[in-house]
Amino acid sequence: MLEIAGRGFESRLILGTGGFRNLGVMAEAARESGAELATVAMRRVDPSARGSIVEVLEEAGLEILPNTAGCFTAREAVTTAKLAREALSTDWVKLEVIGDDRTLLPDPAELLEAAETLVADGFTVLPYTSDDPILARRLEDAGCAAVMPLGSPIGSGMGINNLYNLRLIIEAAAVPVILDAGIGTASDAALAMEAGCDGILLASAISRAADPPAMARAMRKAVEAGLEARSAGRIPRRHYARASSPEEGLAELEEGEREDHLPDAGAAPTPR
Amino acid sequence: MTTVTLNGEPRELSTGATVESAVRELGADGRGVAVALDGEVVPRAEWATTEVREGQRVEVLRAVQGGR
Repeated sequence: MLEIAGRGFESRLILGTGGFRNLGVMAEAARESGAELATVAMRRVDPSARGSIVEVLEEAGLEILPNTAGCFTAREAVTTAKLAREALSTDWVKLEVIGDDRTLLPDPAELLEAAETLVADGFTVLPYTSDDPILARRLEDAGCAAVMPLGSPIGSGMGINNLYNLRLIIEAAAVPVILDAGIGTASDAALAMEAGCDGILLASAISRAADPPAMARAMRKAVEAGLEARSAGRIPRRHYARASSPEEGLAELEEGEREDHLPDAGAAPTPR
Repeated sequence: MTTVTLNGEPRELSTGATVESAVRELGADGRGVAVALDGEVVPRAEWATTEVREGQRVEVLRAVQGGR
């Protein structure tokens, strides 16, 4: 069970809703993913737009988590969070304060300021952050309900670029660590869970896949598999093979003494 | 008449127009919608009594698909 700010969620997958062809595909993928939370963005009312994403998500049994995507300053992000609270009657916010358009990396100074302001205003703040362990700690100290480090840039599908940093964040955090951004395929999600993440937020990997509902199903299984593998306890890595069949009782099928089959010993590499 | 900027477009509203009438002007029914007037949130309970004055920026937002 994923617990954020005292609320329990069966699913450790949070679905971003960006990039789906239409609301129908989104709803089907949402169901297949098993997610209980889905992010939405706040944008100008478009009178010609058909269908309400809020209704579609609620019908599919998901709760709405508004984000502050597109904000470049703390001030913009705080105002956007307040607008979302008004529009959607939730004081949860997926906080994003972006530093530039090309990388979409977070702006650490603006992000921290926005987080402090929103926490003081009673929001449950889930911040999208870089993979910097110190910034993650500062966000937790500011009262954020989780930290959401990127694996790699938003929409890049590069997976986890700095597993070492991610592990440092996980080791230190007392709040849930939810990998946010960069997942390309199911193995990335499994790896994040094996590394110790409490959950995963993704959208593009599903919404831009050739078959979004099928990829949603794959992601659901990957998150579950990664978590289960972590708690099952993996075997240590070895440098050389370790036979899995017994050596005792081997038949003698050739004449003469059985030899060791070892390669010519040079300097043996040190096992890692 | 009062000229305001409504979701980025210049619009003529009748004198004395409120936030509520600005929202209606956009064809939004108000559900799932939030309003900022010159960058400040106007709580729904104050829409009917908050006048929109000449030159003000009105932003009317709602949830759309977004995130990752």
